[in-house]
Amino acid sequence: MISEESSNEQPPASSSIGFRMLFAFVPMGLLGLLIALFISFGPAGVFQAGFPPIEELDVERITFEPNQVSLHIVNGGPESVTIAQVSVDEAFWNFTTSPSNTVDRLQRAVITLPYPWVEGEPLSFAIVSSTGIVFESGAEISTITPSPDGNYIITFSLLGIYAGLIPVLIGLLWFPFLRNLHQKWIHFFLSFTIGLLLFLGVDSGVEAIESALEVASAFQGFSILLTGLALAVLAIAGINNWQDARNSVGSDSSLRIAYTIAFGIGLHNFGEGLAIGTAYSTGLISLGTFLVIGFAVHNTTEGLAIVSPLSKTLLTPKSMIAHLLALGLIAGFPTVPGAWIGGFSFSPIWNTLFLSIGAGAIFHVSWQIWSSIRTTSAAALGSPLNILGFLTGLIVMYATGLLIVG
Amino acid sequence: MKGSVVGAAGTAGMALALGNSQAKTNTTQTLDFGKEDLFDHSHEFAGTVGDIDIASDFDPMVFLEQFDFGTKSQLDNGQTVRDYNIVAVDRDIEIAPGVKFPAWTYNGQVPGPTIRATEGDLLRINFSNAGTHPHTIHFHGVHSPKMDGVFEVIKPGGQFMYEFEAKPWGLHLYHCHAVPLKRHLHKGLYGTFIVDPPAGRPAAREMVMVMNGFSTQFDGANTFYAVNTAAFHYAKQPIPVKVGQLQRVYLTNLTEFDLINSFHLHADMFRLYRTGTRMDHYEITDTVMLCQGERAILEFTLPEPGSYMFHAHQSEFAELGWMGIFEAHE
Repeated sequence: MISEESSNEQPPASSSIGFRMLFAFVPMGLLGLLIALFISFGPAGVFQAGFPPIEELDVERITFEPNQVSLHIVNGGPESVTIAQVSVDEAFWNFTTSPSNTVDRLQRAVITLPYPWVEGEPLSFAIVSSTGIVFESGAEISTITPSPDGNYIITFSLLGIYAGLIPVLIGLLWFPFLRNLHQKWIHFFLSFTIGLLLFLGVDSGVEAIESALEVASAFQGFSILLTGLALAVLAIAGINNWQDARNSVGSDSSLRIAYTIAFGIGLHNFGEGLAIGTAYSTGLISLGTFLVIGFAVHNTTEGLAIVSPLSKTLLTPKSMIAHLLALGLIAGFPTVPGAWIGGFSFSPIWNTLFLSIGAGAIFHVSWQIWSSIRTTSAAALGSPLNILGFLTGLIVMYATGLLIVG
Repeated sequence: MKGSVVGAAGTAGMALALGNSQAKTNTTQTLDFGKEDLFDHSHEFAGTVGDIDIASDFDPMVFLEQFDFGTKSQLDNGQTVRDYNIVAVDRDIEIAPGVKFPAWTYNGQVPGPTIRATEGDLLRINFSNAGTHPHTIHFHGVHSPKMDGVFEVIKPGGQFMYEFEAKPWGLHLYHCHAVPLKRHLHKGLYGTFIVDPPAGRPAAREMVMVMNGFSTQFDGANTFYAVNTAAFHYAKQPIPVKVGQLQRVYLTNLTEFDLINSFHLHADMFRLYRTGTRMDHYEITDTVMLCQGERAILEFTLPEPGSYMFHAHQSEFAELGWMGIFEAHE
């Protein structure tokens, strides 16, 4: 029962809520009214000067078919844009636009040109709007865009398996070696893992920034990036808290850390797959033996990063095998769908989101590992062995990264 | 190149090391090229899409053969007087199908009206400025410097009477000479000024062609080129020509930003009269290069029916709109 004193302090509950809700909607209602007035009566006179229209078109993707080129465009500006003419290598050319020559704000369209492009040579395009604004774009290399057929799926599945899945699973086989190691060596490998993860996190972050720069301005690439980072960090923290509260007995926090690492690396590898798929389909890489070996060596170390928190796990070997397989799939398999998607329909928006979620997850889990070392032995944090481990982690990633040229 | 890889935009063929599946994909691509023989690199696919709106705007086909002889009268001493009205107005014009350009015009059109007179006529050009910027009309030819349209800039709402005798006979031009010059010319304030010799020229079918260009982004590089403003118009709507009839083209270069422009006739040659000031002096060629403001009279006869292409011999200009066709018929 509520005491008399406290009930006297507040008005009756029902009218209080009604009143509160009213004021929650007042600002929204006024904003709606303002927008309605603006739309029906036009903006105040100050905005009515005859400024040239602000138009923006971004070419997100250029695809090549035999004797045909398609420009996939998005209107990232404040107004609709009407495409009047298109030139290829400074020659006006026939084209059709689907669904319409007029592209509304935030809408997409595809311009198709019958064009005798030359294999391996660059090509430039200029889209001229009805007001004479020119939007330029280009392909560094003209080469047939892979169609999503069986061959392509098999190729990229194999690439994902060779470069992503198998190396990670191989790396996980360090588990018996790490198991029940002396505490100081466990810390060495955990520090090593932090080094690895920071390298991967920065790598993902830089790629997310590069990708964000390609996002049409209306879609705000950097906001997507920040959202992705925050989403990853907060979601992982939230899941951890929820699990702590739900199941404090028998929960294995080291396993959770391993899964978080696998999740973060999985998203990183998804982004890696996207990049490979896009680069391949735009002719910017050839899938040589060297590239696959590079990815394999680089990604094997990711397996080590996943198992290093598990050295003192209490799980039985039998259940551990199932967990290792699951961890390997989570971390390694996303390369495969990443490569598929990157090759068929590449959008910088999704790329930015996935890369930033991956970066956030990796940064967060680095911090978790760091905390776990501190909890065990605060004094050991800055030991020469741990510092060596951390630096080795960075250097190993750098050195294996050299194998992947590009 | 197998083994090295990636990133750099090398043109090396794709070194594929992912097994047979990839090799197969590549073979299929090669075959696809073979199958598609529809593409013969013909002119069918080149050029702009659609047509300009000639019903509500400027019709290049009408402009081609339209001359403004002014309102004719005579002084007591027998001298012919010609009065012309030229008004400078701002106007959005269609320079290619669907592309509007915020032009400054003489009488609402680019190029301005083709002013034509006979040597010795007294010309009175009543100029009024209905635009938003100061303008002038500067005529080429011989006249008093007071009538040169350079130092007396006419403000919006203002008026001026340019009065001079038409001389010498030949092909001249007129344009605005207010500063900044590039902007005033490029936005469309120019036209052709023909002074006929007193005895006239041999009878011919006569055409006016002004080589021009438009930088729709105003960045100093032309987005579209043409003769008489509308890119590719005479390629889409070929100019009908009668076989055996003498054709005379009054050709002027008013292209801004590019140093030169040119005219090339296919499958025939023309007599080239530079500036049109001599009739006994000509060159026979199929290509002529003209500097900005330079002009020439071209005369030719097409010998048999067919499509005779003409265009700038700078391929870039040709493919950006400066291309046309004479369709010769019996």
